[in-house]
Amino acid sequence: MASIPVPDISLGAIAPEITLALTAVVALMLEVFAEKKGRDHIAYISLVGVIVACFITFRLAGDPSWTTFSGLYVVDRFGQFFKLICLLGTGMTILVSVKYNKDEGIDNGEYYALLLFATSGMLFMVSGSDMITIFMGLEVMSISLYALAGYTRKRARSNEASVKYFILGSLSTAFLLYGIALIYGSTGSTQIDIIAKAVSSGSGVEAVLDLGIVMLMIGFAFKVSAVPFHMWTPDVYQGAPTPVTAFMSAGPKAAAFAAFFRVFNVAFPSLQADWWVIIWILAVATMTVGNVIALLQNDVKRMLAYSSIAHAGYILVGFVAGGALGSSAIMYYMLVYTFMNIGAFAIVTVVGRKGEEKTKFSDFTGLGYRYPLMAVALVIFLFSLAGIPPTAGFVGKFYIFMAALKHGYVYLAVIGVVNSVISIFYYLRLSVMMYMQDEPGEDLPPLVFAPSLIAVMIVAIYGSLWLGIMPAGYISFAQSAFLAL
Amino acid sequence: MLTINHFLALSAILFVIGVVGVLTRRNVIVIMMCIELMLNAVNLTFISFAYYLGDMTGHVFVFMVMAVAAAEAAVGLAIVMALFRNRETVDVDRVSLLKH
Amino acid sequence: MELLIFYMFAIVSVAFAIFMIVARKPVSSAISLIGVMFCLAVFYVLLNAHLIAALQILVYAGAIMVLFLFVIMLLNLREKQGAISYHRTALQLAGVAVFCALLVPFMSMVTIPGTSGGAGVSADFGTTAGVGKLLYTDFLLPFEIASILLLAALVGAVALTKLKMK
Repeated sequence: MASIPVPDISLGAIAPEITLALTAVVALMLEVFAEKKGRDHIAYISLVGVIVACFITFRLAGDPSWTTFSGLYVVDRFGQFFKLICLLGTGMTILVSVKYNKDEGIDNGEYYALLLFATSGMLFMVSGSDMITIFMGLEVMSISLYALAGYTRKRARSNEASVKYFILGSLSTAFLLYGIALIYGSTGSTQIDIIAKAVSSGSGVEAVLDLGIVMLMIGFAFKVSAVPFHMWTPDVYQGAPTPVTAFMSAGPKAAAFAAFFRVFNVAFPSLQADWWVIIWILAVATMTVGNVIALLQNDVKRMLAYSSIAHAGYILVGFVAGGALGSSAIMYYMLVYTFMNIGAFAIVTVVGRKGEEKTKFSDFTGLGYRYPLMAVALVIFLFSLAGIPPTAGFVGKFYIFMAALKHGYVYLAVIGVVNSVISIFYYLRLSVMMYMQDEPGEDLPPLVFAPSLIAVMIVAIYGSLWLGIMPAGYISFAQSAFLAL
Repeated sequence: MLTINHFLALSAILFVIGVVGVLTRRNVIVIMMCIELMLNAVNLTFISFAYYLGDMTGHVFVFMVMAVAAAEAAVGLAIVMALFRNRETVDVDRVSLLKH
Repeated sequence: MELLIFYMFAIVSVAFAIFMIVARKPVSSAISLIGVMFCLAVFYVLLNAHLIAALQILVYAGAIMVLFLFVIMLLNLREKQGAISYHRTALQLAGVAVFCALLVPFMSMVTIPGTSGGAGVSADFGTTAGVGKLLYTDFLLPFEIASILLLAALVGAVALTKLKMK
């Protein structure tokens, strides 16, 4: 019996993913074996798992980039930075979920297990240096999200959201996969640096390769909800339970962008002259359609869905700009976006009282007088999303548009600025709504501020303000992260 | 002589049939089957490339796609069950509460 | 000989696939999809992918499609009775023709340099031993991720279909 040579395997590299998966299993066990009432501790145990994973990721980030698992997995600062963003999104989502789950009667064990599984999928995805790792990570993430979107299964809207998400998500998976197959065929490998060599040496350049790249782009465009592949986003964001919407809008989007960016900049840099035009068009369409349709919305969750489409457009601007500047701008923006967006969704869960979701604009009238602190927090998040100084959103947008200008994409930067001006209208509209006198009508029970929600709001305010006032440290971290790519 | 182009053309045709099915059918379960057909077409592409390149990575990829297809089928059918219990329908056109 | 087998099964598989999207009853669609999968297994054998051919029948046709049939039966779906809608069928066939005309020419352009007809494949190409060895060495990571994937799918499916909700 011939012995089988074992390749270099470093479990330390995937320690964050292992931690999350183990924590998920612990959460499942607790759901079965712990006593029936008060299962909040599952949430806090999951949070501990996320923090431990964060810590390990941070420790790994110091090293120079290295690959393991026969080149299928890469540990570099680019990946570690995005991992921290994903973990931050998950941690904040767990805090947002605690009270919501209690009100809605959601079973904690499976819920947190799915959140953690989805997160481990994201981490695999952002560190994958082979199409197969990226694909498997993407699928772990997507399948957990399909289930989470329909988690409040007695609610018809939640069912509908998960059906739509599932159909369009798996359709995009099929396109992505066909793209990978064609690229594999024309270059002879699925490992992105070997693909890069084949492409740049010209041995793999043929029509099928281009077709494969287009298919891959369609697949990724679905996942980051770029126009015209955004149709699922508003329905899914509106129908899914609010904490899940918050989760979907941050981590999975960051992970999809990280993989998108890595694949196109590592595997196909020699074809950049061909694909930047397509991304340019996607970026302009995504920003414009997202912002214009957001103006017409009367539902806060739906408005935030279109706003998240528009933000995907801004990030695509950074993608077009490329280079060290473009990528560090994307990383910084994704970090800021996670803080401000989950903050906004946290407040949406507070306003939606027990048993019902109150997400109409009219549900927000008068909140400025009754809950001044919460209203100020929401105004900070909305101003940050709109990009009004001195918030972090302003600095993020500034860096992205500067990157575009520096690389000579003047029109793109101008269209981006015009779009941010349009976006101010709908964010302001909601802010003004809160300070309008509300009609004396039905007496609603007072809002309940659980400690976990207050904690998440403080974190989000810190992120949205401090990163805007003192951005230098974070930006230099993001820049060093690109150089190591 | 049998060439790779035969297999690739066949898989392209099957993929297209799957796409058209997704676009034209209204029954969620049939749409899921069409997606399965698309994944099968991709598998054929992988296997034929693997054979003509003499490289088994394609086989490993197909193995993984099968695991993914099984997982997708399980979750997708669970979603359909939940939908059916609430709404008594699996027609995507009649599923439209979410409007602005 | 191989060419003959190819054309025979290619025509059958395309016919099954078209019937799948045209058929009125979900059960007929499912059965035709199983037909397509059997045809694909034949192609896998032609292409020296013996393990995948076996898995195609065991996992795809055997497990996944039975799950589909089971759910169709459980929900007891009844489509509206009546003839096949010719309008929709015509639309579908036109769509297939148009997209094929766009996509298939790309496929005829593919040339694989060096090898012709997979002459140079090694003895364990596509066997259980060959693929298994790869799965446990070079592709260990995706194999492990697949275990997380299946667990997540299991948990998700159970969570979505549990009857009790507090």
